[in-house]
Amino acid sequence: MLAMLAKEPAYGYDLRARMRDALGPLGEAMNAGQIYVTLARLAKAGLVTSERDEGLPDRPDRRVYALTPSGQQRVAGWLTEVSWPKPDLAEFHLKLVAAAAGRLADPVALVDAQRREVLRRLRDAQRAALDRAVDPVAGLLLEGVVLRLRADLEWLEACELAWAAREREASS
Amino acid sequence: MTALRARGLTKRYGSDNTLVRAVDEIDLDVPTGQTLAIMGPSGCGKSTLLHLLGGLQRPTRGEVWLADRRIDTMSERALARLRRDDVGFVFQSFHLMDELTAVENVELAALLAGRSPSRARKRALYLLDRVGLADRATHLPSALSGGQRQRVAIARALSNEPLVVFADEPTGNLDSAATLEVLRLFDDLRLHGQTLVVVTHDARIAAVADRVIAMRDGAFADDNRLVGTVYDGRR
Repeated sequence: MLAMLAKEPAYGYDLRARMRDALGPLGEAMNAGQIYVTLARLAKAGLVTSERDEGLPDRPDRRVYALTPSGQQRVAGWLTEVSWPKPDLAEFHLKLVAAAAGRLADPVALVDAQRREVLRRLRDAQRAALDRAVDPVAGLLLEGVVLRLRADLEWLEACELAWAAREREASS
Repeated sequence: MTALRARGLTKRYGSDNTLVRAVDEIDLDVPTGQTLAIMGPSGCGKSTLLHLLGGLQRPTRGEVWLADRRIDTMSERALARLRRDDVGFVFQSFHLMDELTAVENVELAALLAGRSPSRARKRALYLLDRVGLADRATHLPSALSGGQRQRVAIARALSNEPLVVFADEPTGNLDSAATLEVLRLFDDLRLHGQTLVVVTHDARIAAVADRVIAMRDGAFADDNRLVGTVYDGRR
């Protein structure tokens, strides 16, 4: 959100439109409330200011938001830092190990359940990407989401093969 | 109506120590108009299953019905006719005739089925237009991209208005953009009520499927839990 204000100050509704354009179909899920709550939090942290525009009603969407100097610094730092979302692979892996060790659940069934969820997300992202109306730049984001989910599925397949083999060994 | 039905479908290779249950006691009902994706790792038996359902191979045991005809006990001749007239196949490696143009590849199936040359040509041009390749009709396969070749192969599969189209890893040789073209085309077929059975490693097919079955060691591992939850509803 800060980065969307880096170019120039914006009205609240304008900021929402910028976010939607940047995120494409993934931005549709974002509601106005989330945006204004976040803006209020950023203001409290001293990263943005907001001013009421003369002649307009005092509503969050009609206020003009701008970065403070420390907000600008934060954006510059964010752009240069190398970040990668922390994958929850370790957690799921621990789940499988714990389930098998304590006979709490069938690891292969856990993999099946996880795969259904990943497939559901993949289907949604791929369907959005199939839409010819999607802007090519927003489409890149969808392609990234699809590629990662496919990687998750490949990994789940490896888990399934390994855990199914272990179960066969244990039962023979 | 049920387009495709299998009961106790089993295919075994080898014997005793080397016995492989490629397909193991599978029951399946595919309603007319459904797009079914069967997914699973290499060697899980999904291609063998497709061959059994499409009459390319005979089962060791079990029954296969296409519409209201039992096909596993058909004579070779009747089976060849069924493959020619009533089902369409799409393969990973396209299987187009290199020396024939796109439109000639598409019309060949109709000519073999006994349609007049002019009707066959008309139908082939219509299908090429439908897959977005009207302007490539006179190109040889070598002059087409991978995605375009696969679309020609899909047009060919539709040539005789098949009851069911079977596709074996249709996006396996395609890059991301070409895969998108094929997925759009499958989505279009689905919307037009074409019954389609796809076996694939490519989970993106799930985007255009009504139902996804996960296969493991020759059997369905994860079907019931998908049916009726997220995958089985027509949009």
